[in-house]
Amino acid sequence: MSASFLWASLVGAQIVLALAMTCAAIRLVRGPRAQDRVLALDTLYVNAMLLMLTFGMRETTTLYFEIALVIAIVGFVSTAALARFLLRGEVIE
Amino acid sequence: MNDFSALSPMLAVLIGLLALLGAIFALIGSLGLLRLRTFYERVHPPTMGTTAGVGLTLAASMLLFSALELRPVLHELVIAVFTVITTPVTYVLLVRAAVHRDGIKGKQPAANAAEPGDARADGNL
Repeated sequence: MSASFLWASLVGAQIVLALAMTCAAIRLVRGPRAQDRVLALDTLYVNAMLLMLTFGMRETTTLYFEIALVIAIVGFVSTAALARFLLRGEVIE
Repeated sequence: MNDFSALSPMLAVLIGLLALLGAIFALIGSLGLLRLRTFYERVHPPTMGTTAGVGLTLAASMLLFSALELRPVLHELVIAVFTVITTPVTYVLLVRAAVHRDGIKGKQPAANAAEPGDARADGNL
């Protein structure tokens, strides 16, 4: 009973996270300016990281944890580089 | 459905509620990003979604793996610390870039980019 509740709530969490990713993707497409798109991309990758963690809990494997860690690191670097590009016009001077 | 039946009922319900609540926080943050009107308003909701959502989901994950492997599993703390450190840094960088692009100093930031369309007309994408 409680095991099936845990299963159902993990599936529900994945559906909710998919909705959150949809919201961020709509903002990413709609814009209207570049910084809105960068912000939407940042939110999108955080939601994707949470989705990976939820997948890992459903499958009870720690493989997905490493995927989530890579998404977190690459997402931070990409958002910082994009913000720097918006600020300066170039990433590496 | 795999070996969730090894968990005690209270713990399984707690883990499920934590995971669901974390996902709902993330959804609220993304919904705020979609619904609010100016960029400076839109920066706020994802920070809440990131902090609360990541914290609750990682707590659920730590509880689940600790209970299943019968030992403390704490490697999720790496992601938690990393996210808590990097989120403010990226958003400060992004808002500084936005302020720079808006050419602040005299111009009201809320006046431009209120709705999609007019930014394109101004040519300041």
